[in-house]
Amino acid sequence: MSVPGHDDLALVERLRAGDEAAFSEVVRRYHEPMVRLASSFVPARAVAEEVAQDTWVAALRGLGRFEGRSSFRTWLFAILVNRAKTAGAREPRTVALEGPDGPGDERFTPGGAWAEPPAPWPDDVIERLVAPGLASRVLEVVATLPPAQRRVVTLRDVEGLESGEVCELLGLTEGNQRVLLHRGRTRVRQALAAELEEV
Amino acid sequence: MRVSTLWRRDLSCRDAVRLVTDYLEGALSASRRARFERHLGECDGCEEYLREMQLTVALLGRLEPTDVRPEALEALAGVFRAVMAEEQAEHDDRGDR
Repeated sequence: MSVPGHDDLALVERLRAGDEAAFSEVVRRYHEPMVRLASSFVPARAVAEEVAQDTWVAALRGLGRFEGRSSFRTWLFAILVNRAKTAGAREPRTVALEGPDGPGDERFTPGGAWAEPPAPWPDDVIERLVAPGLASRVLEVVATLPPAQRRVVTLRDVEGLESGEVCELLGLTEGNQRVLLHRGRTRVRQALAAELEEV
Repeated sequence: MRVSTLWRRDLSCRDAVRLVTDYLEGALSASRRARFERHLGECDGCEEYLREMQLTVALLGRLEPTDVRPEALEALAGVFRAVMAEEQAEHDDRGDR
């Protein structure tokens, strides 16, 4: 399995030389993740598509300024986040740690023990859930997370960025990022558990 | 035995569940981490919960990128050609070529 972003530098060189095939390749890699990330800042998918397209224009024009200090992907996402914030300016800029805190405390007895322990997941759960159809269900679940949670889960867990990169991109402290990650993952796990009960 | 019971009482399942992400992120102090692990060693429910959170993270990382819609690909190819032509024109204006 290829490490995301590891061979981007070669692609950037080809982009600078005007290689359209290299552009198709980076678009295939990053356009959908960009649209999904933008969607968490703006009200409509069509606006998110526009933001992503504008980001490509800005990135192509600014290629000369890309110095490789961050990965190409992080550089691209940073341009996108700036533009998406502007496009979604009606949303408060500060990231609220929105609640509720995933599934409530009814999972636990007043003493804090499990009221009903989680049902064990089968060992082949990944194979079952990655199957076509269910994978898109997982993305749908991520799409229903509150925006700040969705951004963090998308960047950290789906795209595999480091926590430091995500904090910088989204202007979060490490602590706030962990809270958002925790809440987002908790909800996704809960949705998966519900999904597994149905299978 | 008494000591470990105390440890277990010290950290409830609710506490352990709240600490799962900090644990996975390596953000717990050594002593909290030890308490967390001690609790998990004695609690099947929390051990399973940690496993399910790890599976959730693994699963999210295994999602294949969605294909870009052909229309979007087409539009972006147009964008690429336009920007490249523009850059070339600027280049020419500056008399570099």
